[in-house]
Amino acid sequence: MTSIQIKGETLMKGNNLEDKPVLRVDQLTKRFGPGCSYCEHEELKENYCPVCGSVRACSNVSFDLDRGEILGIVGESGSGKSTLVKSLYFDQQVTSGSALIHDYKNGEENIFMESAQQQRYIRNYIMGMVYQNPHLGLKMDYSSSGNVAEKLISAGHFHVGNIRDRSAELLEKVEIPVSRMDEQPRRFSGGMQQRVQISKALANNPPLLLLDEVTTGLDLSVQAKVLDLIRSIQRELDVAMIVVSHDLGVIRMLADRTMVMKQGRVVEQGLTDQILEDPQHPYTQLLVHSLL
Amino acid sequence: MQKQPSFAMEEYNFAFLDEGSKREIRRSVLKGIAIPGYQVPFASRELPIGRGWGTGGLQLTLSLLGKEDCLKVIDQGHDDSVNAVSIRKLVETSSSIETTEDTAEASVIQTRHRIPEEKLRDDQILVLQVPEPEPLRRVEARETETERLHGEKEYSSIWVRLYEDIVRYGEITIGADYPCIVHGRYIFNPSPIPRYDVPKLHQADGLYLFGAGREKKIYAVPPYTDVEPLQFEDYQFEEEEFNGESCRLCGSDNVFLDEIYDSHTGTKFYQCSDTGYCHKMQKQGGVT
Repeated sequence: MTSIQIKGETLMKGNNLEDKPVLRVDQLTKRFGPGCSYCEHEELKENYCPVCGSVRACSNVSFDLDRGEILGIVGESGSGKSTLVKSLYFDQQVTSGSALIHDYKNGEENIFMESAQQQRYIRNYIMGMVYQNPHLGLKMDYSSSGNVAEKLISAGHFHVGNIRDRSAELLEKVEIPVSRMDEQPRRFSGGMQQRVQISKALANNPPLLLLDEVTTGLDLSVQAKVLDLIRSIQRELDVAMIVVSHDLGVIRMLADRTMVMKQGRVVEQGLTDQILEDPQHPYTQLLVHSLL
Repeated sequence: MQKQPSFAMEEYNFAFLDEGSKREIRRSVLKGIAIPGYQVPFASRELPIGRGWGTGGLQLTLSLLGKEDCLKVIDQGHDDSVNAVSIRKLVETSSSIETTEDTAEASVIQTRHRIPEEKLRDDQILVLQVPEPEPLRRVEARETETERLHGEKEYSSIWVRLYEDIVRYGEITIGADYPCIVHGRYIFNPSPIPRYDVPKLHQADGLYLFGAGREKKIYAVPPYTDVEPLQFEDYQFEEEEFNGESCRLCGSDNVFLDEIYDSHTGTKFYQCSDTGYCHKMQKQGGVT
């Protein structure tokens, strides 16, 4: 067990309490636009407020994520899947709601209320993020090892030799040849860029990984490779993941549990097999049928 | 022949700037001293020299000067180059205070891109002209973003910049203007002084003030403050080395040397960069 000193408080990392969820999200709401008394109090039929024109991208989303579990989030475009993970990664400020992370202050503080410095700490140590577009997650002008090094440096590693050893190890794990570790990601193929992003996200052994449409835009064989990689990393490191995808095949392969979103609301959640084989909500039924 | 225009200096305030401006600049200086390395914004005034020609340093100098003060101005070590001469003249005409070329005599020293060889005493102030006060500009173009990064003490991006240098060239390639951490908090640009001068800032006796007129920022390194150049554990900060060369005029070998080529013969020789110090050494050594 390692402990990290930050702002005079000791945080326990890798504190293995199986019964507690890694992440508990409660009533997360994200609204784009000013909001008005109508859309804040009335139940909207759609996610669009007819009075002020605000959009509720996520409304009252709640879920638990257990250690080592993979949660899939499906839904059509505009259903709020990406907004949810981006809010969790502090890319956007949430309107209301809370999220508790067990590895951060024992899950007693709402991470959305923490200072910007603390949120940076959470981003660096407790969460890893893989974006659909590698340009968002990687600095294309820097070398691949430099991209991984950024995370290691913010974790307080200031020995170039050690940083290089660790980033070589991480890049090897995602099957980037060590001989190419100093090449810029812009010279890599899309699948390789995605794998560099994954190794960057894993740099500080976070207990939680957020994957936003990682395989979208990759061809089928590369998709399979990236999915295999994610699966093996999950087994090896026992990291909890949230996988966002509109592709039910990806969800079927990766997710233990699945959450179906529509117009910012969770319409159904449960075990992946159950959702896909026996969908209850009309929207889920439509989704599953459109696949087959 | 055209007549020189007359210039009624007595119509101007002492040391050119009006008292209100001086007051504002002094307040910014005090704030800068209170938060070492923090870039205090200030309303940079118009001066009869162009922005980017030392206006930041000049405004600091003018607002610090009193009637008893003695000023020295250096431009890359030289007392007699254009920038130094015109700034010294402006101060002389507008305040009629004493100026000197001797570091030890001066109470305020304005300098561009060098720190004098003689150690600063605790009653001396060194004013440095700064072209680019923002160390993070190397990695981030937006001012709003760099302000936030400073506020959150998020400096990994500049460290990655150093790491990239090591990966590409095997060493850190920043020559002058080497970014440093001041007192464990802010990273700052020490203005384009050579790496040789950086250790002089660490736990110094004197006060160092930095003024960027074009960028409208003032910052300070107060006396007895830790200044640490950015370095990795296995790639340390290195000063320039002169491989035992010495000044051809005064013979000093423990100073920062300029490399000069003779335009006729093409031979290379070395000379003190700090001319005031060189003259002093020549006098002491009996060299005429």
